[in-house]
Amino acid sequence: MNLTLKIWRQSGPSDKGGMATYPIEGVSDDMSFLEMLDVLNEGLIAEGEEPVAFDSDCREGICGTCGVMINGEAHGPERTTTCQLHMRSFRDGDEIVIEPWRADAFPVIKDLVVDRGAFDRIIQSGGYISANTGSAPDAHATPVPKDQADRAFMAAECISCGACVAACPNGSASLFMGAKITHLGEFPQGQPERDARVQSMSAQHDAEGFGGCTNLGECTRACPKGIPLNVISQMNGDLLRSLRHGR
Amino acid sequence: MNAPLIEGLYREGEPIADSAAPDVPIDRMWTQRQFDAKLVNPANRRKLDVIIVGTGLAGASAGATLGEAGYNVKSFCYQDSPRRAHSIAAQGGINAAKNYKGDGDSIYRLFYDTTKGGDYRSRESNTYRLAEVSADIIDQCVAQGVPFAREYGGLLDNRSFGGVQVSRTFYARGQTGQQLLIGAYQALERQIGAGTVKMYSRHEMLELIVIDDGAGPRARGIIARDMVTGEIETHLADAVVLASGGYGNVYFLSTNAMGCNVTASWRAHRKGAYFANPCYTQIHPTCIPVSGDHQSKLTLMSESLRNDGRIWVPKRIEDCEKDPREIPTEDRDYYLERLYPAFGNLVPRDIASRQAKNMCDEGRGVGPKVGDFRRGVYLDFRDAIERLGEDAVRNKYGNLFDMYKQITGEDPYQVPMRIYPAVHYTMGGLWVDYDLQSSIPGLFVTGEANFSDHGANRLGASALMQGLADGYFVLPNTIRNYLADGPYEPIDPTHPAVIEAQDSVESRIQMLLGISGERSVDSFHKELGHIMWEYCGMERTEEGLRKAIDLIRSLREEFWRNVRVLGSADTLNQSLEKAGRVADFLELGELMCIDALHRRESCGGHFRAESQTEDGEALRNDDEFLYVGGWEWGGEGESPVLHKETLSYKFIELKQRSYK
Ligand SMILES: Cc1cc2nc3c(=O)[nH]c(=O)nc-3n(C[C@H](O)[C@H](O)[C@H](O)COP(=O)(O)OP(=O)(O)OC[C@H]3O[C@@H](n4cnc5c(N)ncnc54)[C@H](O)[C@@H]3O)c2cc1C
Ligand code: SF4
Ligand code: FES
Repeated sequence: MNLTLKIWRQSGPSDKGGMATYPIEGVSDDMSFLEMLDVLNEGLIAEGEEPVAFDSDCREGICGTCGVMINGEAHGPERTTTCQLHMRSFRDGDEIVIEPWRADAFPVIKDLVVDRGAFDRIIQSGGYISANTGSAPDAHATPVPKDQADRAFMAAECISCGACVAACPNGSASLFMGAKITHLGEFPQGQPERDARVQSMSAQHDAEGFGGCTNLGECTRACPKGIPLNVISQMNGDLLRSLRHGR
Repeated sequence: MNAPLIEGLYREGEPIADSAAPDVPIDRMWTQRQFDAKLVNPANRRKLDVIIVGTGLAGASAGATLGEAGYNVKSFCYQDSPRRAHSIAAQGGINAAKNYKGDGDSIYRLFYDTTKGGDYRSRESNTYRLAEVSADIIDQCVAQGVPFAREYGGLLDNRSFGGVQVSRTFYARGQTGQQLLIGAYQALERQIGAGTVKMYSRHEMLELIVIDDGAGPRARGIIARDMVTGEIETHLADAVVLASGGYGNVYFLSTNAMGCNVTASWRAHRKGAYFANPCYTQIHPTCIPVSGDHQSKLTLMSESLRNDGRIWVPKRIEDCEKDPREIPTEDRDYYLERLYPAFGNLVPRDIASRQAKNMCDEGRGVGPKVGDFRRGVYLDFRDAIERLGEDAVRNKYGNLFDMYKQITGEDPYQVPMRIYPAVHYTMGGLWVDYDLQSSIPGLFVTGEANFSDHGANRLGASALMQGLADGYFVLPNTIRNYLADGPYEPIDPTHPAVIEAQDSVESRIQMLLGISGERSVDSFHKELGHIMWEYCGMERTEEGLRKAIDLIRSLREEFWRNVRVLGSADTLNQSLEKAGRVADFLELGELMCIDALHRRESCGGHFRAESQTEDGEALRNDDEFLYVGGWEWGGEGESPVLHKETLSYKFIELKQRSYK
């Protein structure tokens, strides 16, 4: 098929940036969205134009590296990662608008590449269990009921892609953060730090410039891993609980 | 070096030996070594700087543990976050000799299976230690909140994996790597928050700094490029750890992440670190086949599919284009069941892979033509669906079927899946001793980047185990023996060796940007990959390997004359990053072929057509090749030098593998 791509080009963080239009021919159904961009880039290089910068690594939908807005939707029309989106989701003659994640807390580095370092800093502030190496008790010493383990697993599936933030009109990272708080909060091992965790992570979230959550649900609709909105309720519940505990 | 040139390709140097393993019975070795290793007083640890390149399971676990112990750690990765390292993609599981199932598992049995699985080309001492610390890994991960699969009673579940007869594989659905890495990443982030680890993401190591301070050469730092600003940075330290993963991307198409590369190891190799067994490549039989020239990578489908799926190709070439559902059973060749009636579709990875290739080479492959060949075989669930019902199949394999459909657009409940082997893992890597120290003092190598634990083949669920064993338990104990003699003499940033390293990085970058030739970096990478796959892939021959060496040499020559890298050095420049990596792959590829050529035997992932039994099975030659091949860089334009480390099996009896 033949397509018209409108792609955000921005040479660096201080450049203003703007849309550029590229026609592309001979795109096959089997290509992933990123392979289609690879083909575009080969063409650009042949013409002496700098290829479009975009992030990807595993191309299997698990590392969370890829991610762009496609026609205004995070990761595009299907509920999957950009690397797992295939061109059969598009029609011959389509115009496709491709932009980087939009959020104050994710500054653009170049073209479609943004800086998601804020996510790491939120984890640094408390998104872990303080277990020193080499002193852990036998794994079977603390059984975890299966339903709790399953819920922890569901939340732990977050790949840190940032689609939830990009989709949220407030630029909130609540789904990402709620997922981590739920994951660790479901385990007995996660209890001692539960109050402190939610407080420090929330403070870091705000300090990074992410917006507040107003329960619009756009995040969960965009999430390629289907993290449900109720992790945000669990986070809010934890926050209230920690305040009641007077910390 | 004036040793004679062998086969016109390499020279032979002094043998090497692992000098760090204590001379005691194997089950006491690790305890003994930990006891013998010198201690570092907690107050001194702050004064010791350690650089760790890589944040996969091997690097993140080492960073977290050394940081927690109080050393000053600098950690590097090329991704935007340490949590995105390639380890994240591992699906199946991680082994540990916990014997939670009471099915007779033990440290010795895990050690035995791993050594046999590696076709007796791994080092006994390392493999034993791996089995020994395996149980601690699970405890550590559970304490960190890794959500392993559990049973209703709340205890951990296990499954059996990769043809092993006990259930020792711990798993987290199909995302074991992701969950283990998040555990290690969180432990690392905790240390970053605490200030013991400083993280440099989007940084690429481009050179190793080796300095002779009078006591011989030692690794003392790295040159890294900030991939956002282009700044070339010098980082000095008391010791350097490479945890930079495997080099499967030399084949261009593989199950590895796009950024996986050999640069960190290769640069260290050029500075004196031996590269061991580079030709050992694991090929995985159940990947989604290539669909066209645009393909950028291959996706693995869990091996568990072979438990119920039946593998076949049409008996007649004319049928290959037909709808498979219209080919009656009598016209199908269930070739694995025919050739290996005892194991059928469950033969080991190397055998299943090679036979799939044979079928396609005969012209009986299926799916779209890529080049002149159809490269695919059917993995058919028709009979399983008839026998178990569609719901039962969905319960077991639903997520894999969905993934297949997402990628291929075909519904495997209706039409058989197509699979083909793909490059998956590299067993070779930098040579290390029992302490995981390379042939350059002060340079340690962990995880897939080293060579020591897997031999010529790697069993499923053992790479994750090795990465975490190295990082959480082994390295922190062995590196302290080295660090105890530090802090080493501070290095002046204007030291000639530092300047030389900086200059070489800068001039390489300028050279790459200055060539302004005609061909893109990817076009070179694809061509190299094609050569490697064709001649140093599933089957290798003397003639093919010699041809490959010539082809690679001329491709390399063309690369440095005709590559086109646009843009500048002082911004994010993905073509520049790739160009540097491909340049190193072009050198490694040649060494892989030389290693494959000199090893005139078949073992594990290395199948030499000239060395097979009458019925076409791999034939090992223990009399001549019971050694690790450790290659030393011979110098620019010079031949490499082979150092042999003899493998002795004292605790396991050598046997020929048979699956007939
Ligand atoms: C699809 C797939 C499935 C798998 N499934 C399993 C399984 O079920 N069980 C199992 O045991 N194994 C499995 N494996 C193998 C296993 O995942 C890997 O061997 C293992 O994770 C490697 O870990 P590592 O820490 O050594 O390296 P990696 O995880 O590859 O990490 C390498 C690190 O080095 C960094 N790096 C590399 N070069 C540089 C440089 N020049 N400068 C700076 N940083 C650099 C990267 O940024 C990264 O952080 C699988 C592999 C694949 C591809
Ligand atoms: S919650 Fe979903 S959308 Fe948000 S970062 Fe995690 S996986 Fe991505
Ligand atoms: S590239 Fe890893 S999730 Fe898309």
